[in-house]
Parts: sequence; structure tokens; C-alpha cells
Amino acid sequence: MVQQADTSAGNQMSRYDVTSALVSRLGETDAVIGGIGNTNFDLCTVQDRGLNFYMLGSMGLAIPIALGVAIAQPNRRVIALEGDGSILMQLGVFGTVAKRGQANLGMIIMDNGVYQITGSQPTVTSSATDIAGVARACGIAHTATVTSVEEFGERLDGFLTLGQPWVIVARIDRSAARGETERRPIKIRDKFMKALTETA
Amino acid sequence: MTAEDTSTMSRTWYEIVLECLKNNNVRVVTYVPDKVLTPLINAIHADPFFDAFSTTREEEALGIVCGAWMAGTRATILMQTSGFATLPNALASLAQAYQIPVLMFISERGTMGEFNVGQALVCRTMRPILQASGIEHHTLSRLDEVEFITDRTIKQAFQTQESAALILSPLLTGGKVKKG
Repeated sequence: MVQQADTSAGNQMSRYDVTSALVSRLGETDAVIGGIGNTNFDLCTVQDRGLNFYMLGSMGLAIPIALGVAIAQPNRRVIALEGDGSILMQLGVFGTVAKRGQANLGMIIMDNGVYQITGSQPTVTSSATDIAGVARACGIAHTATVTSVEEFGERLDGFLTLGQPWVIVARIDRSAARGETERRPIKIRDKFMKALTETA
Repeated sequence: MTAEDTSTMSRTWYEIVLECLKNNNVRVVTYVPDKVLTPLINAIHADPFFDAFSTTREEEALGIVCGAWMAGTRATILMQTSGFATLPNALASLAQAYQIPVLMFISERGTMGEFNVGQALVCRTMRPILQASGIEHHTLSRLDEVEFITDRTIKQAFQTQESAALILSPLLTGGKVKKG
């Protein structure tokens, strides 16, 4: 049996830089749901916004949580940040988002091709699986896979005003996250809910 | 029998559950389908009060329910026994850790005439998981108790910010049986 070569080892941009490019483009009422581990560590480190929600467990549920917020508050833009290992656990959610045509939901996948936090074991995106292709096949019409921060910014600028669900897969390198999140779930929840109320 | 009792008895279990959801402002209904739940799912889809849709997994539904609640909208999940068995991690690490009330309706497969041994074995894990997780749960088996138990359980879940499960017994719904 021949295994396919690792296609993600040469990725050039860092998760921190991609996250910074996202946060610099957010409006005051945009909510961001960060998936577990490095994804929300860098989100928190770039800017610990009131409208950030950080997951501590429930791997794979960043997009479903974001979808729930988006359904409850259709006038607010909601963005889910998820890792490749995480989204691989919950690929069906792309179909649910597409079926609903959830206009105020965007999804960003930080794809470094490895389960970095557990010791960098390869995920299937490093060889065989194309997440943007999966999203398209699930019915998400607007998708992009980007390999530079400039390209990420350009695609994001286009997608943020679409009024339709979109997915950007950012092919990031394997540099370490630059910090960590708060670990008390009630504190995370209360801060997020207060910000949702204050900016409703 | 009082007039109130008469009105309760003339309604089906799913009409009563639907009214309880409405009366408690539970607007978003997610589900992974089940044969027994079909009349409830159909009635909810027919009522413009609700935003009802299927998800691909029960975990996905749980995430949606948690997000909706934090953003001010009450939601619930309809599922069958085997679907509940996929939820313990998400219940513990999301719903319970963050004190987000997840309201669940579980159609009970695997008992009282089950023909599929897989369902029967999964069913035996359901109450022990609920018990071990410390999640409030009740079994709806009598039509005359559906309104009280359902209404009070929904109120308690949202007022205490604790998850709750209502198990729909074959004694109430008729369940799913195979002839022979």
C-alpha cells in the first residue's frame, strides 16, 4: 500500500498571523466562536474580545455553536474558527449550514495537517482530504483555500459582505500558539453572553 | 373527571409536547429523525412558531442548542436512544461545564418489543449515563402525565440552567414493533 505524501509540511503562514488578519477586519458586533486548543489560544492572544467564545472540550462543535448563535441573532455576523482535526469530526455540519443557507455565518478552518496539540500526528488533510472540496460537495457555494496572509485577507474581504455562508481553509504552518485561554467555562460563558446582550 | 382532564385526554402526546414547547417559548427544534417522533416532527414543521430542522448528528444539534441559548433563544433536540448514546462528551464538556441548559426528548427504542438487539443493548446504557452525568430525567409513559412533567421539566431546565432529558416510553407512543 502506498501512502500519499505530506502536502502541508511546507505551509508558510502562521495561525497567529491569519487570526490577526481576521480580527483586524471584524466589526464591533461580530461574534467569533473558537474551536478547542491552538485555534482559540491564538484567537484569545490576538485579542480577547468580549464577543469571542472559547470551547474547552466538545471537539468539533465550533461551527454548530456558531450556527446556533447565528440562528438566534440573524442580524449579527458570526464566524467559526476551527482546526482541521476538529472539523474532520463534524463534516456533516457543512450540509446543515448549506441547507439553511445561513446568511450570517462564516467558517474558517486552520489547516496545518496535524493534530498539533497531541504531538503532531498527521490528519488526513496532510495527504488525502481537501476540506474546501468537502464543504463544496456539502453545498457551500463560496469556498477558498489560501496559502498566504494576503490571499486570506483578499478572500475574507470578499466573503464578509456576501450574505451567504462561506468557508476559507487557511493552510497554516506548525508554529506554536502564542498563549492560552481562560480555563473557567462559566467566566467564558458570562463574558460572551454579556457582550451578546450589550451589542444586540 | 374534571373538564381540564377531559381536554388533556382528547389530545395526543405529541400535541401536548408541542404545546408545552410553545408555552415555554422553545422556538428552535433540532432533530435526528426517528419513526416514533415522526408525528411530533411533522406537527412542529407545520407550525410557523418553530424553526425546525434536522442535523447530521446529535452532537451537532447539541452545539446549535448551546449557541442559540447563549444568544437568547431557547432550543431543543429530538432524538432516539442510540442518538443519545453519542452525546456524553458534549454534554459534559460543553453543556454541563458551561452551565448551558440542553433540553432533550429521547424516543425510547430497545425495550418492550424491540426487534433489534443493537437498540436493546444501547437502551440499557441510557439511564445509567443520565444518572452518572447527574442530568435530570423523567420517563413519559402516561398520557395524563405528559403535560405536567413536560411543562415542569422545561421550566426547571431553563430556570436552573441545567440540562434535562424527557424519555418517550413505548407505553406512551406505541413504540416501533415488527410483526411476528
